Amino acid sequence: MPDFGYTINKQRVIDLDKNDGQTVRRVRQLEPSINICIGCGTCTATCSANIFTEFNLRQLMLLVTRGETANLRKDIEKCMLCGKCMLACPRGVNTRNVLLAISRIFTENE
Amino acid sequence: MKKIAIIGAGVAGLEAGHVLARKGHNVILIEQKNTTGGNVRNWDRLFPNQREASEVYQPLIQQAVNDKLRILTDTVVMSAKYEKNTHRLTLSNGETLNVDAVLISSGFRVFDAHRKEEYGYGIYHDVITSADLEKIMAVNQKVRTTKGKEPKRVAFVHCVGSRDEKVGNTYCSKVCCVTAVKQAIEIKQLYPDAEVFCLYMDLRMYDRYFEDLYREAQEKYGVTFIRGRLSEVAESFDDRLQIKTEDTLRGKPLKFNVDMLVLMTGMEPTSLAELLATEFNIHRGDDGFFTPEDEHVNFNISRREGVFLAGTCKGPKNIAETIADARSAAETIINYLK
Ligand code: SF4
Ligand code: SF4
Ligand code: SF4
Repeated sequence: MPDFGYTINKQRVIDLDKNDGQTVRRVRQLEPSINICIGCGTCTATCSANIFTEFNLRQLMLLVTRGETANLRKDIEKCMLCGKCMLACPRGVNTRNVLLAISRIFTENE
Repeated sequence: MKKIAIIGAGVAGLEAGHVLARKGHNVILIEQKNTTGGNVRNWDRLFPNQREASEVYQPLIQQAVNDKLRILTDTVVMSAKYEKNTHRLTLSNGETLNVDAVLISSGFRVFDAHRKEEYGYGIYHDVITSADLEKIMAVNQKVRTTKGKEPKRVAFVHCVGSRDEKVGNTYCSKVCCVTAVKQAIEIKQLYPDAEVFCLYMDLRMYDRYFEDLYREAQEKYGVTFIRGRLSEVAESFDDRLQIKTEDTLRGKPLKFNVDMLVLMTGMEPTSLAELLATEFNIHRGDDGFFTPEDEHVNFNISRREGVFLAGTCKGPKNIAETIADARSAAETIINYLK
């Protein structure tokens, strides 16, 4: 059959009713300070991993809270756990521990 | 003893009336509605500390009674003439008043959410306004969906009728952000297992304690804040409300179902503003609120001699600001009448 180049696009919309609510509940349990993030981006701007890769901590935490966790495992590998983000955060989010919590959830689920 | 007419017996009018009466002036309050106390009378608890609103408006109402002020309810000013330092007011009850000064404290009205049709107010069940929620809470301190269930998911929509050219109001109503945060906390206090969301464009936590309240909503109550303006509401298959917005921090459209939607309706000039502006020949801004002659220093003085302005008829204000402004207006009038 000739290929006409038609495809069906997957919906881009974030659907909070269908997304992964499990992970965010567990992260909130392990590191409640994820709740007080105000999305300012200071952590991302100070992060060395962000300068060389697409790694964006602010957005990564947002992905967790919105339940968009499909690529999370691969994403967090870029973090070097240096803790610079934590020193810079104006709200006192324990960002480093958020990342550790996420990685712990993956080990738990194995 | 001089005679002063105060138009509007809400927070500003009552407080100014009290100060003027204490100075020995003859004060007449003219109120369009059938009660005094203004909009705050419809409120259950106040930001930022959930103080009961009645603790604020009851004493204001009571002091007017104690001062034996003349209060005309269900009455509006139909026309005003100014000559020889006297204002001649014709009232809707047929009476004519000759007074030495006039204080306009006609306040605001809450935006009518029906006008924002895509948000479904008056169309879908369980779309209510922030003012409705206060009334519900004032009655029995519990909130139920129209089917009589406890709401499991509630979303608050900021800026309804404010910052929106489509409804003709481009200004910020100032107090609705903090009200949303207060009400979100109240829902969580009633139903700790409920999921509560605030959909905002900017969060304007401008005053003392507000930022702390915002943090408390996140930290202690787990309220989720999503930056994005609600685009539309529809009924979902399971008879809930499906809402659509953009998660602008994520850069993606977002949808979810809720049991209850609360619209944070803003402040608008009252229906009287136009008539009063014409009759007293005073300035209004593009937003429809009255404009004093000097916005920084003499902010109670209007263009017309002997006519003064106080409170939210000049734009959105919280209660403390309204009371301070009313006292300042009273002081200005006392000096003018000397
Ligand atoms: S701890 Fe990870 S996320 Fe934070 S600054 Fe270091 S590399 Fe970036
Ligand atoms: S610096 Fe802190 S508040 Fe800002 S985005 Fe990062 S975690 Fe959130
Ligand atoms: S106070 Fe907040 S909700 Fe109200 S109009 Fe301003 S930005 Fe919008």
